[in-house]
Amino acid sequence: MTTATTSPRTADAPTGVSPRSRPAPRRRPRADRVYLWFLLPTLVLFTLSITMPAVMGIFYSFTDSVGFGEFNFVGLNNYLVMFSDPAILSSYGFTIGVALCTVILVNVVALTLAIGLTSKIRAKTALRTIFVMPMVVSGIIIAFVFQFIFANTVPAAAQALQLGVLEESILADPDLAWISIVLVTAWQAVPQAMLIYIAGLMTVPRDVYEASAIDGASAWKQLRSITLPLISGFVLINVIIGFKDFLGTYEIIVGLTDGGPGTSTRSVAMTIFSGFDNGDYAYQMANSTIFFLITLTIALIQLRLTRGNARI
Amino acid sequence: MTLPTTTIPGGAASTTPRRSSEDSRRAALPTSRRSDRHRWGTTVLLMLGALTVILPFYVTISMAFKTGEQAVEGEAFALPAPFSVEGFSTAWALTDFPRAFTISILITLATVIGTILLSAMASYAISRNWEKKAYRWAFYYLLAAMFLPFPVLALSQVKLTGMVELANPLGVALLHIMFQISFSTLLFTAFLRSLPAELEESARMDGASTAGAFWRIVFPLMAPMSATVGIFAFLKSWNDFMMPSLIIADPTLQTLPVIQEIFQTQFSNNYHVSFASYLMAMAPAIIAYVISQRWVLSGLTQGAVK
Repeated sequence: MTTATTSPRTADAPTGVSPRSRPAPRRRPRADRVYLWFLLPTLVLFTLSITMPAVMGIFYSFTDSVGFGEFNFVGLNNYLVMFSDPAILSSYGFTIGVALCTVILVNVVALTLAIGLTSKIRAKTALRTIFVMPMVVSGIIIAFVFQFIFANTVPAAAQALQLGVLEESILADPDLAWISIVLVTAWQAVPQAMLIYIAGLMTVPRDVYEASAIDGASAWKQLRSITLPLISGFVLINVIIGFKDFLGTYEIIVGLTDGGPGTSTRSVAMTIFSGFDNGDYAYQMANSTIFFLITLTIALIQLRLTRGNARI
Repeated sequence: MTLPTTTIPGGAASTTPRRSSEDSRRAALPTSRRSDRHRWGTTVLLMLGALTVILPFYVTISMAFKTGEQAVEGEAFALPAPFSVEGFSTAWALTDFPRAFTISILITLATVIGTILLSAMASYAISRNWEKKAYRWAFYYLLAAMFLPFPVLALSQVKLTGMVELANPLGVALLHIMFQISFSTLLFTAFLRSLPAELEESARMDGASTAGAFWRIVFPLMAPMSATVGIFAFLKSWNDFMMPSLIIADPTLQTLPVIQEIFQTQFSNNYHVSFASYLMAMAPAIIAYVISQRWVLSGLTQGAVK
């Protein structure tokens, strides 16, 4: 591509330099074609692999297709059935609940760590490297490791210490299994939020703290009336990004409980993926479309709010 | 996939040099001596917190080096006695590690290179034609995928890749690249906007074409951002489970993370083998992280100095 585009350009160069001709308008159309070649491959591949499936999905959500063969249009039927399907409703309830809990846990932990890591401490680089580590490992593998810890290590330790409730694996309890999902999702999601908070804390001028320290403000008071208001934009970003990410949670659930016990920990993503096994392809496409609309709404709120917050 | 996290690796890394220079400046002032003392309490608390992060890794390593008899006792914190590498050799054979590793590496490499090249070129075209409506729309169009989670597209993509003979690692690499495009284009265009156009102008004065100016002047200058984009593409691609597990039809072409599932279904009681396998699958990303983190940091520092 480079060689093909270079030759006409260089041939054009002398005329462009000549004082009598006006270089700008002549250069434009030639350069344009090069830019177009730079952009076009990406646009074409993107349209084929992202836009087309999206349009296809919405199309099939109005049919009764099982994923192959013939199909009929059924209008909004899939959507109407969805809203009274207990399996779908409970998967949304579960997913939104887990996402909310995880968002709160992640942000409290991440902000605490970020404040700690930006204060004057020893071994700062080493600590930061360790705390970022969960971000670089595969979610499914770390979920397998935690599954072992929750299934064997925690009950064994609880028995030794006679802790009652914890002696049974929480993964086997339909009412408690979600806690393990929140904990492991948070474990892996904290670094990202923490890095955002560290970047945010760097924008707070140091002398503000020095001035308030002279006025005798306590550390807690400083956090509440200086730090938090000044980094509120970053809190907002973290909450929204986190919520959006945790709604799509899948791998950690597969690794920990695989949706069980029963269907107590089935997320929306897992329900959608079941569309191929159960032959309700079109039905799950309707589910995908609703799921997309929810994600899109959150994303639009995010764009709106962050734009209001100037440049973050 | 997430949009504003984008600024983070740069942000976090660039803060470090800025901070240290600030510290040295402050150290020069006699008045701030009190606040320069290290906070030992915070340090100790953070170290305790770090244990939570280290714990699963410790469990993985200690379980991996145990013998079959010791591992089955399920005592995660006990050190391996005797020390055994039998788990690794069994895991190596069971997962056909060299094959799975090669497939994972090839998908990841293709994703990293493809993401950097395609998004760098697209971003260059967009940022140098920002005044044109079509290019601005192309930018927003590419950005829109950030709001499309994979589960929404998954079923249709499985269907489509099956139809065009892409239900294989190549298809996964292509989709990985496409899901990274939004985020990477955002990073690159932001970077290109801050790059003075005079650099290219002077190259063009010397008779270089637009493409020539890009490859010889602009692309090398984008190296720090390419590193960030590449690292994110690497991590997303190497660690992905959802997409390969759904797209790749032939189980013998499956990637390293997906292959680990056999320990849940077929070999669920061979703890030492499964943990050895987990460790082998995690190690490359951890090693790459430690190495590349320094690289990104130095790249950004150099950029700031110049």
